[in-house]
Amino acid sequence: MTPPAGTTMAQALNAALRDALDGDERVLVFGEDVGPLGGVFRVTDGLTAKFGEDRCFDTPLAESGIVGFAVGMAMGGFRPVVEMQFDAFAYPAFEQIASHVAKMRNRTRGRVALPIVIRIPYAGGIGGVEHHCDSSEGYYAHTPGLKVVTPATVADAYSLLREAIDDPDPVIFLEPKKLYWSKADVALPARTEPFGRAAIRRPGADATVVAYGPTVPVALEAAEAAADEGWDLEVLDLRTIVPFDDGTVVASVRRTGRCVVLSEAAGFAGVGAEIAARVQERCFHSLLAPVLRVTGFDIPYPPPMLEHHHLPGVDRILDALDRLQRDDEPDTRHLLAGGAA
Amino acid sequence: MTERHRDGRPRPLLPSERPIRFLTDGGTPARGPHPYPEPDPDLLLRAYRRMVVGRRFDAQATALTKQGRLAVYPSSRGQEACQVGAVLALDDGDWLFPTYRESVALVTRGIPPVEVLSLLRGDAHCGYDPHRHHVAPQCTPLATQTVHAAGLAYAERRKGSGRVALAFVGDGATSEGDFHEALNFAAVFHAPVVFLVQNNRYAISVPLERQTAAPALAYKGIGYGVRSEQVDGNDAVAVLAVLGAAVAHARSGGGPFLVEAHTYRMEPHTNADDATRYRADAETERWRRRDPIARLEAYLRGLGRLGDEEAAAIAAEAEEVAARLRAGMNADPDLAPLDLFAHVYREPTPQLAEQRALLRSELQAELHAEEVPV
Repeated sequence: MTPPAGTTMAQALNAALRDALDGDERVLVFGEDVGPLGGVFRVTDGLTAKFGEDRCFDTPLAESGIVGFAVGMAMGGFRPVVEMQFDAFAYPAFEQIASHVAKMRNRTRGRVALPIVIRIPYAGGIGGVEHHCDSSEGYYAHTPGLKVVTPATVADAYSLLREAIDDPDPVIFLEPKKLYWSKADVALPARTEPFGRAAIRRPGADATVVAYGPTVPVALEAAEAAADEGWDLEVLDLRTIVPFDDGTVVASVRRTGRCVVLSEAAGFAGVGAEIAARVQERCFHSLLAPVLRVTGFDIPYPPPMLEHHHLPGVDRILDALDRLQRDDEPDTRHLLAGGAA
Repeated sequence: MTERHRDGRPRPLLPSERPIRFLTDGGTPARGPHPYPEPDPDLLLRAYRRMVVGRRFDAQATALTKQGRLAVYPSSRGQEACQVGAVLALDDGDWLFPTYRESVALVTRGIPPVEVLSLLRGDAHCGYDPHRHHVAPQCTPLATQTVHAAGLAYAERRKGSGRVALAFVGDGATSEGDFHEALNFAAVFHAPVVFLVQNNRYAISVPLERQTAAPALAYKGIGYGVRSEQVDGNDAVAVLAVLGAAVAHARSGGGPFLVEAHTYRMEPHTNADDATRYRADAETERWRRRDPIARLEAYLRGLGRLGDEEAAAIAAEAEEVAARLRAGMNADPDLAPLDLFAHVYREPTPQLAEQRALLRSELQAELHAEEVPV
């Protein structure tokens, strides 16, 4: 099936679910409002009509129940794809995710695997009220046993979701809400790089911007703006946070010598901190400047009229670039070393 | 689907006003009436045998804890009728979703005792193969496994396998959100699952009165549209009768069933607990007089189904099980440190592969150090 030109990310996700349901009887889609309504973002639109209530169905309004039920169904041989309606609504299910979904393979020494996909509309930038905009990737990435995936392109949305459903391990699939309506001319079904491979969305020579999910378009926009100031930025899209692609990140930073890590989430103790630490450990001798993080503030997600102050935008990235030492700037390192020039 | 009595009257969701019992505290027949037929004496004799073996297993595990062979052990003493009754009410293909206290149930299911005790010994989180025995890993978080049981039961219904699931849960865990979500999901999806609440009066130290204001935990089924019953959990005849009906109800498409078994934990919560801080000896003594094994033994002897010779043979079998358990637990387990990384994902991530290499080199260094005389 080839949708018309200008497929949105939401449509690509819908196509991925449709094709997965079509291809494997064991695949089931369930959650709140995913049935006749088609999900509040319409990602499950038309699935109940096409596949019937046995394959795509509404559940009681209870996130822990949805995920726990999926655990039992996966033990019984099905491949559940469940939806948490919004990022912060998933927290009641966190015990099921952390204590059971993530650990069942390990607890049973490989005898019980849980091929579950937990889809979560994620992060901000859509003017949503509180509890609808959290960047929760850090919780999941810090939980061994989970794969954590967040697409930034329409083709990746389709491909990564198909791979998530086929994966033998549980996958937290974070869908950047503000990209649901982003469009691309993509012929579906499309297959992109597998899990664990980052993509270079824009090659560059002066600095590497590491981004994922909702921050990838922001990084690309910043790269265009920075070009006017003489910066040739490389923009790297992680695609999967777990597994993490050290190789591509390290090779890029060793080539450029500078690194900025970009995320919407609060910076403290976040995925961005982990990436910065890894880059520093592996690229120390190639670095020309400290690894910087450009992130949201360490605050609860703000009210919608203030969110633009919180979300890292192009200006905050450009400001960070100013803090990266340039070769054509005077060398001030002797000052730090005590002035003995 | 409306439940009906045998005479055709609709049966309400409400449980019996008093716990169903077939036996008096002394093991003589109790007065009816109630709608449950009495289990076959052969089944009762099997239950007796399993309960005696289970109690000996439990005593041996407690002793092994004192010897440092187990990290911790939550005793089932006093709850044998529930644990054995649940397993005997099921077919081998039916699923069990146990908590950490269900060691006796798992031994009754036929899982080798050493595998049952892996979690508590500390060599593996789950020592047995869940798919082989149709037993989920013993669950330590409270009530989370009840939702899994509902999901698994629904999966079995979808497959038309005819299998049911039984989830064990304690009185304390009925306060957890997942218990309610499990009842609700099971009812809405008509899942063939039996929830067995072993109300043993205390959640560690917190008494039932502080756990709930409901007249009985069995009443919690009503709000979800789940047929419920309460039973004397120290009366093996009643437990088998009620669970037999509950399993038949679920298997025949009647949906979920909630059973509250009134019982008592004779020992502390675990060997690490001091029960004298929160309950009086007199109370424990009252429950001792309702001992489930003594009651069933008296009843079977009264029926003429159990004599001295057979009782001695069963006791001897229990001793053998204990001896094998001692031998198994006194042998050091085979530990494979590098397996720490084997089952996080099906394929280790590059980061885990690096960490595995680190542990491997640490292990090699240890081996090397052992070879070098100091």
